[in-house]
Amino acid sequence: MKKNDQTPSLNRRGFIKTAGAAGVVASAPMIFMKGAYAAKDFRNDPKDSKTVTLGFNVPQSGPYADEGADELRAYKLAVKHLNGEGDGGMMKTMKPSMLKGNGILGKKVVFSTGDTQTKSDAARASAKRMIEKDGALMITGGSSSGVAIAVQGLCQEMGTIFMAGLTHSNDTTGKDKRRYGFRHFFNTEMSGAALGPVLEKEYGTDRTAYHLTADYTWGWSQEGSIKKYTEAMGWKTKAAVKTPVGAGDFSQFITPVLNSGADTLILNHYGKDMVNSLTQAVQFGLRDKQVNGKDFQIVVPLFSRLMAQGAGENIKGILGSTNWNWALKDEGSQAFVKSFGAEYGQPPSMAAHTCYVQTLLYANACEMAGTFYPPEVIKALEGFKFDGMGNGATEYRAEDHQCFKDVLVVRGNQNPSSQFDLLEVVQEVPRAQVEYKPELLGGDLGPYEV
Amino acid sequence: MDAILIQLLNGLDKGAAYALIALGLTLAFGTLGIVNFAHGALFMLGAFCAVSFQKILTISKKVKDESITFFDAYKEKPYLEIWWGDTGTAIIDYAVPLSILMAIPVMLLIGFIMERGLIRHFYKRSHAEQILVTFGLAIIIQEVIRHFFGANPIPTPAPDVVSGSAAVGVFFGLNENLVYPWWRLIYLAFSLAIISAVFAFLKFTTFGMVVRAGMADRETVGLLGINIQKRFTIVFAIAALVAGLAGVMYAPILPPDYHMGMDFLVLSFVVVVVGGMGSLPGAVAAGFLLGILQSFASMTEVSSLFPGIDQIIIYLVAVIILLVRPRGLMGREGVFED
Repeated sequence: MKKNDQTPSLNRRGFIKTAGAAGVVASAPMIFMKGAYAAKDFRNDPKDSKTVTLGFNVPQSGPYADEGADELRAYKLAVKHLNGEGDGGMMKTMKPSMLKGNGILGKKVVFSTGDTQTKSDAARASAKRMIEKDGALMITGGSSSGVAIAVQGLCQEMGTIFMAGLTHSNDTTGKDKRRYGFRHFFNTEMSGAALGPVLEKEYGTDRTAYHLTADYTWGWSQEGSIKKYTEAMGWKTKAAVKTPVGAGDFSQFITPVLNSGADTLILNHYGKDMVNSLTQAVQFGLRDKQVNGKDFQIVVPLFSRLMAQGAGENIKGILGSTNWNWALKDEGSQAFVKSFGAEYGQPPSMAAHTCYVQTLLYANACEMAGTFYPPEVIKALEGFKFDGMGNGATEYRAEDHQCFKDVLVVRGNQNPSSQFDLLEVVQEVPRAQVEYKPELLGGDLGPYEV
Repeated sequence: MDAILIQLLNGLDKGAAYALIALGLTLAFGTLGIVNFAHGALFMLGAFCAVSFQKILTISKKVKDESITFFDAYKEKPYLEIWWGDTGTAIIDYAVPLSILMAIPVMLLIGFIMERGLIRHFYKRSHAEQILVTFGLAIIIQEVIRHFFGANPIPTPAPDVVSGSAAVGVFFGLNENLVYPWWRLIYLAFSLAIISAVFAFLKFTTFGMVVRAGMADRETVGLLGINIQKRFTIVFAIAALVAGLAGVMYAPILPPDYHMGMDFLVLSFVVVVVGGMGSLPGAVAAGFLLGILQSFASMTEVSSLFPGIDQIIIYLVAVIILLVRPRGLMGREGVFED
């Protein structure tokens, strides 16, 4: 019998060779191919679906509802641009960018919305509903730090990325920071660092301040930061009184200021609370007073065009800080304002800007990672440096997920040229002046895998 | 002294709102024996009369804003201004005081419908049932307002001429820089006028005499052949009107939202209980007293000693008064003492 007539049989050496070759072939995509992470199981994986759902959780009622309405407009515009509709807005100016206008990773973007009511429990409930029932892959929204921190905690537990909207408390990316949470907006530490030198230049070093503070995490954080920077330059703090959010009538808190000996009122209020407290402070004659031989001054450390609109004449000449202003002349800002204005007939607020940017950043991170798998998207965002989004060169710091960029110090415009020209930029404070070490605000990001 | 005057005015101002709402509540309770938890909603409906009137006056045409070049922006120009120029602007400016004209018939009608349509069916039911049904009604009214006006407070400014401050310091011979907002002073004066009018109506008219008699002994008045029920319906409508007018005039102080009635309701019930259930002078006195106490409790000197005292002072006083005098400050002997 000839040897070649024999049926080939599997020997030990042959088996090892075949198995080795099969192993190399099988593992090749995991090493070389993008999207290989999709093999991992994660919550709300769109898999073969043609759409991907984002959850927009904003205050549609309560004291921050105006900001919430503008945030929602921005989200809808971002979805439109991501899906290749409209003029593309800041997608055209963002650098670097992998966005193509064909949705995210080729899937059309759809969305669901929730009303946070500016309450933590309501916000967590609506975020949970969007994740569990609507299949939201990413949650975004804000306007209250208390809400943002609560939702961020929930998202960490559920393994869903949270791209914070307007939240200004240090705690969001400080002691309460989470691996799954990212903030583009600035914080009170940065407001204090930007505003302090301007206050010193405008009002001197011998001032006595009286704080009225919204009684929740953001108010406490802002009061702490402003005290830190004003006291360092020689100001004294007469009193710091906490006021309930949504109080409406602040007269009982303002009347004690009149004879307190303070010559500066710091209003750590936001949204409608700030509009009401500032209006009432002016009605009680604070801006016409002279105390300690100086003109009485009111400072609103965080304000936006929407608040300026609500406060009307009362905001004129008042100093504060802001994350972004529609009147900026850079290419990105102008593209966004043009696009938003054409859609809604008004310029975007800073709340709208941060929400729009966050949506694009998330989409771009998915494209960079080549997957929706959250740990990889997180890694793509960590340390990501970008430009062309209205704030100059910006970096998502990996250590605390806080964006670092220039901060604007603004003043209520004395001579507005249009119905929207309400804030005058006093100074564009460079990033280097407001940057701090990540250890300053503490906290622990937690794990990638949950 | 300056601080005391300002706190006193602020307390009177707050107290005026509490007193007006409590007055209506007491009228309904004293005459009809009804514990009306929908009374706060009537205050809110009054405020929304001002909002509605303002909206009607400012129905606008969209006009292109030429100062914006980036995109097409529009301004809203009210038809009243287009048609009547400065006169139209002045009418819009006085929307809040003018809305009283609308609020009077509207609130009387709402009071009448409420009493005839719902409340009268619960006269002989327990207080617990009355509370449940009126609280349910309050929630329905709230949600209806929320549906039509949204959840957000709506700015309803006072006329320009009284949007500034009065130099009260000069008036009282104190610091000339001491000022107090004009509208809040007007609200105080308005409240005193309404309270006086209600007392005068009850004291000096035959109708009022019958109502007072009915409050004391409904059965005997009925045996005298007087239709006390018809009069009580009118009293309920008047209570609704008082709450409504308090709401109209409060709109420039606190931008109205659908929930504002609930915020005042709880405080007003405390005021009624402190003043004495069914006692009209008691409700007014307790309203002003608690308003003033709350204002003084928020002074820096007090709040630094007892942080947060301004938030609980009203309830603290209520607890003390009910412990030492269960019938309230001016309540009748034997009423609510057991």
